[in-house]
Amino acid sequence: MCLAIPGRILDMTGDEPILRVGRVDFGGIVKQINLAFVPEAQVGDYVLVHVGFAITVIDEAEAERVFRHLEEIGELAVEEGGPA
Amino acid sequence: MKFRDEYRDAAAARRIADAIARTATRPWTLMEVCGGQTHAIVRFGIDELLPDGLSLVHGPGCPVCVTPVEYVDKAVEIAGRPGVVLCSFGDMLRVPGTSGDLLAAKSRGADVRVVYSPADAVAIARVEPEREVVFFAVGFETTAPANAMAAVLARREGLENFSMLVSHVLVPPAMRTILEAPGNRIDGFLAAGHVCTVMGFEEYEPIAAAYRVPVVVTGFEPVDILEGVYLCVRQLEAGRAEVENQYARAVRREGNRAALATMREVFRVVPRRWRGIGDIADSGLGLAEGYAGFDAERRFGPVLLEAETAGECISGAVLRGERRPPDCPAFGTRCTPEHPLGVTMVSSEGACAAYYRYRGAAAVAGGRR
Repeated sequence: MCLAIPGRILDMTGDEPILRVGRVDFGGIVKQINLAFVPEAQVGDYVLVHVGFAITVIDEAEAERVFRHLEEIGELAVEEGGPA
Repeated sequence: MKFRDEYRDAAAARRIADAIARTATRPWTLMEVCGGQTHAIVRFGIDELLPDGLSLVHGPGCPVCVTPVEYVDKAVEIAGRPGVVLCSFGDMLRVPGTSGDLLAAKSRGADVRVVYSPADAVAIARVEPEREVVFFAVGFETTAPANAMAAVLARREGLENFSMLVSHVLVPPAMRTILEAPGNRIDGFLAAGHVCTVMGFEEYEPIAAAYRVPVVVTGFEPVDILEGVYLCVRQLEAGRAEVENQYARAVRREGNRAALATMREVFRVVPRRWRGIGDIADSGLGLAEGYAGFDAERRFGPVLLEAETAGECISGAVLRGERRPPDCPAFGTRCTPEHPLGVTMVSSEGACAAYYRYRGAAAVAGGRR
């Protein structure tokens, strides 16, 4: 029920914030999405979309942080494990 | 798909699982409170990557599952009235009411339509002004801003033929109820990522402090969930009980201000009954006074809650995290998605449906987890 899918904003229309909509590309499937809740969103941004509404702009720097953290976890493992 | 596939990387998942195994020195029980996470855990076998003694239990993370049967009955009743279009998310259609579900009502000739978005229900009201369009508004905080926007748009356009049957629920009060239950065995929570995308996570800080439980805001893909588990276990092993944010690519501490503003304009906090759990104070949303004109209960009569009756189905205990779907004697035999005894087997996000779909015979045979 709380499923939200990442997609990239192709374009946007609508002058008033609550009527702002955009075409969002979900890996090749393009849908019209309400952008009222992401006033900061720009064309080219990735947004998470839930029931036809973008609920956030994906923070690309944070998206990569998970994998940097993974590297740290891996390095920690080597240190903790010591010589085999 | 970018921002999804890389979080399903098996080697990355395995590395985090190894780190969890090295970190955990004692048995811990963690609960996730989101049906989407439950499904990912069962589908990708995330629980099977965890060391013995570390268990994931599934909380009341499915809004469809916790919607009281009387709301389903009301939706069926309203759908049966002449001139009404009942719009609902697809998940609700097969949830059994006292006398049948919305799908059965549709097959009897009621105009029941599945909508992808609440905005679609408003669009139907716009193009079919001679019909009474009723939207069955269920969901957690994730869905509340979108459903609220439906009311805002309807009011703006002066659509007097639009109303909403609202049964919205809020996650933190249910977490408190679970933590206060006698015999509670939850050591830490994976908080539902998209709920926190909307709400932020400040409201979890008093919970972590008062009950001494770590709360890790967690995403939905295998790498996310495993990292959430890792952060939670690391806190537990260090004796910490804090709110951490694993899902920072989609969650800010303060949440989504624009979404919250719309949600708070349209809804107010109300008491709610959770199917299988009971009445919880301040655990839901109803329409605020300014939008009461869109309340389907005012147009078509109130939903009257009755005492829940116990049957063979253990879905209440499953929703409270006390029992696992395979613990149920009816699981996979007398209870299947085609012939469900309880709502956790019906909803695509129910825990029983997840085990049935992804574990099938192995779960029926009584797998370890």
